[in-house]
Amino acid sequence: MNYLTQRLLTFPLILLGVSVLVFVAIRMVPGDAITAMLGTEAGLLTPAQRSALAEYFGIDQPVHIQYWRWLTGLFEGNFGISSTYGRPVLEVILERFPLTLELALLSMVIAIAVGIPAGVFAATHNERTSDLAVRLFAMIGQSTPSFVFALLIIYVLSVFFGYLPAMGTFTPLWVDPLANLSQLIFPAITLGLAFAASVTRISRSSMLDVLSDDYVRTARSKGASGRSVIWHHALPNAVIPVVTLSGVEFGYLLGGAVIVEEIFALPGIGRLVLDAINQRDYALVQGTVLFIALNFLIVNLIVDLTYAALDPRIRLGNK
Amino acid sequence: MRGILRAIAGHSSGRIGAAIILVYIAAAILAAVGLTPHDPLTQFRIDRLTGPSATYLMGTDLLGRDTFSRLMLGIGQSFTIAFSAVALATIAGTIIGLVAAWWGHLWDGVLMRTMDVLLAFPAILLAMLIVAIAGPGTFTSVAAIAIVYTPIFARVVRGPALSLKQRDFVDAARTFGSSQSYILTRHLLLNLVAPLTVQVTLALAWALLTEAALSFLGLGTQPPAPSLGVMLSDSKNLMTQAPWLMIFPGLTIMLGILGFNLFGDALRDILDPRTQERPA
Amino acid sequence: MNPLLSVADLHVGFGRTPEANEVVKGVSFDLPAGKTLAIVGESGSGKSVTALSINRLVDFGGGRVTRGRILLRRDDGSELDVTAADERELMHVRGRDIGMIFQEPMTSLNPVHTIGAQIAEAFRISRGLVGSEAERAAREALDRVRIPDAAQRLRYYPHQLSGGMRQRVMIAMVLASNPRLLIADEPTTALDVTVQAQIMALLHELREELGMAMIFITHDIGLVAGIADDIMVMQNGVAVEQGTLDTVLDRPQHDYTKHLLNAVPHFTFGKTVRDDGARDGAPPVVTVDNLAVRFPVTKGLFRTRVGAVHAVDGVDFDLAAGETLAIVGESGSGKSTTARAILGLVEATRGSIEAKSGRSRRPVQMVFQDPYASLNPRLSVEELLAEPAIASGQRVDTSLRDRMAFLLERVGLTREALTRYPHQFSGGQRQRLCIARALMLNPDVVVLDEAVSALDVSVQARVLDLLIDLQRELGLAYLFISHDMAVVERIAHRIAVMYAGQIVEIGSAAAVLASPQHSYTKRLIAAVPAVERRRQRFTIDATQVPSLVRPAGFEPPPARWRDAGADHRVRMEDAG
Repeated sequence: MNYLTQRLLTFPLILLGVSVLVFVAIRMVPGDAITAMLGTEAGLLTPAQRSALAEYFGIDQPVHIQYWRWLTGLFEGNFGISSTYGRPVLEVILERFPLTLELALLSMVIAIAVGIPAGVFAATHNERTSDLAVRLFAMIGQSTPSFVFALLIIYVLSVFFGYLPAMGTFTPLWVDPLANLSQLIFPAITLGLAFAASVTRISRSSMLDVLSDDYVRTARSKGASGRSVIWHHALPNAVIPVVTLSGVEFGYLLGGAVIVEEIFALPGIGRLVLDAINQRDYALVQGTVLFIALNFLIVNLIVDLTYAALDPRIRLGNK
Repeated sequence: MRGILRAIAGHSSGRIGAAIILVYIAAAILAAVGLTPHDPLTQFRIDRLTGPSATYLMGTDLLGRDTFSRLMLGIGQSFTIAFSAVALATIAGTIIGLVAAWWGHLWDGVLMRTMDVLLAFPAILLAMLIVAIAGPGTFTSVAAIAIVYTPIFARVVRGPALSLKQRDFVDAARTFGSSQSYILTRHLLLNLVAPLTVQVTLALAWALLTEAALSFLGLGTQPPAPSLGVMLSDSKNLMTQAPWLMIFPGLTIMLGILGFNLFGDALRDILDPRTQERPA
Repeated sequence: MNPLLSVADLHVGFGRTPEANEVVKGVSFDLPAGKTLAIVGESGSGKSVTALSINRLVDFGGGRVTRGRILLRRDDGSELDVTAADERELMHVRGRDIGMIFQEPMTSLNPVHTIGAQIAEAFRISRGLVGSEAERAAREALDRVRIPDAAQRLRYYPHQLSGGMRQRVMIAMVLASNPRLLIADEPTTALDVTVQAQIMALLHELREELGMAMIFITHDIGLVAGIADDIMVMQNGVAVEQGTLDTVLDRPQHDYTKHLLNAVPHFTFGKTVRDDGARDGAPPVVTVDNLAVRFPVTKGLFRTRVGAVHAVDGVDFDLAAGETLAIVGESGSGKSTTARAILGLVEATRGSIEAKSGRSRRPVQMVFQDPYASLNPRLSVEELLAEPAIASGQRVDTSLRDRMAFLLERVGLTREALTRYPHQFSGGQRQRLCIARALMLNPDVVVLDEAVSALDVSVQARVLDLLIDLQRELGLAYLFISHDMAVVERIAHRIAVMYAGQIVEIGSAAAVLASPQHSYTKRLIAAVPAVERRRQRFTIDATQVPSLVRPAGFEPPPARWRDAGADHRVRMEDAG
C-alpha cells in the first residue's frame, strides 16, 4: 500500500484515539463535574437539583453514551460551553487562535530563514572555525529554554533600551499591522531562534550525509559547479529531515507556546489552556486540547504531503 | 565500556558535557546531605534582595533566602525528577518498541498507533493535562514527563529493532533454533544499547527543561521547596531590582541542559555505527 | 605523439596529514588517445583512488594529491597539469574532457530528479544546450545506450529503473560531453553477469564509435581480457606490473599477478571442475520435492489478494552426502529463497523438504553472504560460537570450549580469537568464523548462500580451499548458492541453474558448464568473462527476465524434462 494512503487511513483512527484520550482524561479528574463546575456552591444543592443537573449535562448516562453524544456534538461544532467565559468553547478558541497561528508562522519563518542557510554553511565548511562557531551557537540555542530566553530579552530591552513590549490587549494584524508586529516580534524571536537552532543542527547533519552520497559525486564528475551541487543536487535530498523537524515544531507551536505567551502576556491558545486548567474549566480544557491535537495531526498530514512532493520515491511508491 | 569513557574524554564537547553533569550531580549530592553555604529554606530577613556578595554568592531573594543554596537543592530536585522520569520512559518505551517490532502485525499497529495518539499532544500540554488530572507535585511531574517521553523511546527502539530483526545474525540464530528470549536480549536489546544511551542523554536534557517549565507555570514542584522553574518564575517581577534572581537560575537551567546535550552529541558521534562497524 | 594522459609518480594521501597516510604511493602510466587501460586490484589497492585523482574528485572524499603530476592533453592541444589546476579549470575538465561512471548504479543517480533532467543537465554543462534542445539530446543519448521508449523513460526517476538501466543512464550522461577519456570505476560489479555483458558490449561499441580512451577499473582480471589494451596491476598503492594485455596475461612477472591469474577462480568452461566424490548411489541427505514459495501481492484498502510473486516455483533436487550441489542464477532467480526455505527462514507454500536426521538435531546449517551482517557485533567470538550449542541445550563448559578452539584452529584462526569481537577481524576471517559456527553442531549439510561473494578474489580462493578441505574431512554436503560461475566451477560437483523461480537445467558440473543445453544457461555462460576469451565482443542482448508476479490462482504448466546425458537434465522450453 502506498505510503500516503496509509497515512490518510490512519489519520481518522488517531483522531478517534485522541478524542477518547481527552474524554477519558477529563473524566478522571477527581470529583464530579457538578462539583467541579459550581465549586463550594455544589454543597448547597438538593439531591433533586443535583440529579436534574446531572440529567441536563447528560452525566447520568453510561460513559459510552456520554462519549458518543460528545463526539457527535463535536462534528456539529459543539465543543460545549466554557464555564469561565459563559460562551461556546469553539468561539473562545477561534478568538484566540489567530494570534497563536501568526506567532507560530513568524517563528517558523525566522527558523527556516536562519537555520537552513546556517546549516548548509556549516556543512560546507565542515570542521573549520566557521562550522564550529555555527555549531556552538546552535548548541546554546537549543539548550536555552524559551522562558530563560524570553526573560533575558525582556530584561535587556527594559534595562538597556528602556523599552517594554506592549502587553495585555492584543492588536490583530488586520487592525494595526505595525502594532501587531511590535507585539509579536520579540516572542517570535524567542521561539524562532531556539527553533532555528534545531533546524541548523539537522540541516547540517543531513547535508553532511548527503554530500558524501554517490550522486553528488556524479554531479561533480559531470562538471556541475559547487553552488549547483549544493543547492540543486544535495539540498533537495537533505531537506526531508528538516521538513519533519519543522513540521513537528510548528505543530507544537500551534498548540500554543504556553510559557512565552504567559511571559509576554499574549492571549493565545497556550494561555487559554493554562487558565482553563487553573480555573478548572473542563469543557474548555477538553475543547482546547482536542483542537490542539487536531491541529498537530493536520500539520503532520501536510508534512506527509510535502514528503511526497519532495521525494518521487514516496510519491510514486518504492519498487 | 572503558573504551567509551576514554573516547568521551578525548571528545571536546563530551569532556565539557561530562564535566557539567558531574559538577551538577556533586552539587545535588552536597545539597542533599545538607552541605550548602546557607540553609536553603531559612529566611535571612535582614538580607532581603541583597546582590551577589562573599556571603551570598548569588545574592538573596525577596524573603532573604540564599540563591546559591537554593539552586543546589533545586538541581537535586530537577535531577531526581528528570532521572526517574527518563528511567521509567526508557523501560516502558523499550518494551513497547521491542514488542511492536518483534511481534509486528496487530501488536505493532495497536501499540504504535497508541504512541501516535500520545505524540499528537505537545509535550508540555500533555504534561499539563496530566498534572491537571492528578494535581501538581513531584510524583505527578515524574509520571507526566515519563508518559510524555515513552512514545519517543518506543519509536527510537522500534526503528532499529525492525532493522535488526532483518539482519543476517538474527536469521542465523533462527537456523540454530535459538529461543525467542535469547534473540530478543542478545541480538536485539544488546545492539540497542548504543542508540538508547544517546537517546537517554538527550531525553534527560528535555526532561530537565520540561520539569523547569512545569514548575515555572506553577504545575510542578510546589513552593517552598526550591526548584529552578519556581525560582525563575518568582524573579519575573523583580527583574529590574534583582536581576541575579533571574540570571543565576536561568544560567543554571541552561548549563544543565547544555551539559546533557553536549554529552549526548559526543555519545552519538562515538557510538555512531557508521564510524564504528566496518573497518575501512 | 604525446599521450592523452600522462601520470607520473602519483602519490595520494588522506586525512589531516596526507603525506603520512598515503593510499597511492607513486603510480606512473601513459594513456594514448583511444586506448583502454585496465587497472586491476583488490580492495585497498588504491585503484579507485588513482582513478578519482585523475579528475581530482578525490579531493571531495578527503584525499589530496601529495606528489606527482597528471598531465592531460586538452582539446586545443594544450597540456594541463591536473594536480595544480584550480577548481574552475577542474570543473571544465570534468564536464568536457573526462567522463566517469561508477560502481553503484543504484546510488549514483540523484533520486529526486528525473533521469531526463539529469542527462539534460550534462548537455547544458558541456554543450550549453537548454530547453527542448537539451531534451532532444537527452532522448538521443538514451536511444544510443539502447534504452527502449526513450521519450517516456526521460520522465522516469532512477528508482523506477533496474540496475542495468541505471548504468546505461550513467553512460548516456557521460556521452553528453563526448569525452576523450572515460573512467569506468568497477561499472559492472554490482550487476548480474548477463547485464554486465550488455554493459561491456555497449562500452565497447561506444569506444569504437567515439574513439575515446578508457580507464577501466576492476577486481576481475577475466573481465579485463575482453576490453583492455594495457593492464596495470595494483597492490597496496603500488603498480606491481604494467604492460600490454597479452604480455601481462601470458607472461606475468610479478608474484601477485601470477597469484591473480592462477590462484584466483577463473571460469574455464567446465575444464577445471572437481573430479573427486562421484555419487555412489547412497541415499540423499536432503530431498526437495516440488518446492514453491510464493509471496502474496495485495492491492487496495482491504488488501485483496490479486496475485503472488512466484519466487520459487516447483523446484526438485536432491543432495547426496559429501557432494556439492551449486544453485546458480542471477538476482531474482529464486536461488536464495530456495536456500532460506530449506532452513525454514521462509515458509514454503507447497512441496516438501526432507533432511535426513543425521549426526545432530539440526543437520542443516547455513553460512550467509555478508560476513559483516551475520555476526552480532556486540558478542565475543566465544559467545557467537556458543550460540548454536546453547540453542540445542548444551552447557558452556570446557569440552565445548575445546570444540570451539578446535574448530577455530581448523578454519585457520587461533584459540586466542575466542575473547575477541567481530570488528577485530577482516571480512575473510569473519567468514571463517561463520563457517566454524555453522560446524559447531556437527551438521551433515551446510547451505552456503553466496558465502564467498562479498570477499576479495584472493580471499575467496583461500576460503574455497578451506571449504573443500572441510568437506572431505567431515563428509559434509554443501548446497552452494552463487551467481559467480568461476567460483561455482571450483567447488561444485553438480550444478542446478535457476531462472525465474525454476530450475531450468541440472546435472554434473562438467556437463552443465561445458555443454549447456537450455537457452538461458547458454546465455549465462556466454556472458561470463574469462581470461582465455581475449578481446571478445559480447553481443548486446536485451532479453528481460519475465515478471514473477502471477495472477491469483495461476499454476505453472508441469515441467517436462529431457535427458542430455548420464547426469544432465534440461527443462524443455515452450515453442514460441
